Amino acid sequence: MRLRVLYFASLRDRAGTDAEQVDSASADARGLYAELRVRHGFAMGEERLRVAVNGEFARWDRVLADGDEIALLPPVSGG
Amino acid sequence: MFLLCETPIDPAALARALTHAGAGACATFEGWVRDSNEGRRVVRLDYQAYASLAQAEGARILAEAREKFAIIDARCVHRIGALAIGDPAVWVGATAAHRDAAFAACRYVIDEVKKRVPIWKNEHYANGESGWLHPDNTPVAELS
Repeated sequence: MRLRVLYFASLRDRAGTDAEQVDSASADARGLYAELRVRHGFAMGEERLRVAVNGEFARWDRVLADGDEIALLPPVSGG
Repeated sequence: MFLLCETPIDPAALARALTHAGAGACATFEGWVRDSNEGRRVVRLDYQAYASLAQAEGARILAEAREKFAIIDARCVHRIGALAIGDPAVWVGATAAHRDAAFAACRYVIDEVKKRVPIWKNEHYANGESGWLHPDNTPVAELS
């Protein structure tokens, strides 16, 4: 399936892009992040991140579907 | 009303817009860009946001404040983009008939915004280095 992945903050710098298309067979968001950690060398484990799917917060066991947009969210630091 | 804005925050104008005949109290909070953090000299900041989810989560926080406290209105504006030392980075205002609810709602909104809204701060230091702040080193709780 083809997914769109959005990166923010340190993950964006590390990936060198704010978004990319990813072809993945991962069953869920957790598997996708494991794949992307290997590809980009992200240091943070999933326990430090939140994930959003199609614009809403989701769980790491969220099953992904073709065309989903997944946002990887490092710990926030607004305010 | 939760807004992300790329232009300078005008606290006086935002407070005036909260004017209401039933309001006996208006509590506001301004977060400003500080020139140091953890002993390092900061020269400027960049804020980045996941805009669509930040707006949605910010609006949820304001709705929660209206449910929890006897307020008339609560609003929040957060800057994104490049900020200089002294610039207002975030503004919260809450109005109520009485001060207790206004103070409590204002405090609730800024605390929840800092915890939950997908906005990130990149500090630029005097020595030319910069770094994204991910200050929460504790595990990020999964949705239950």
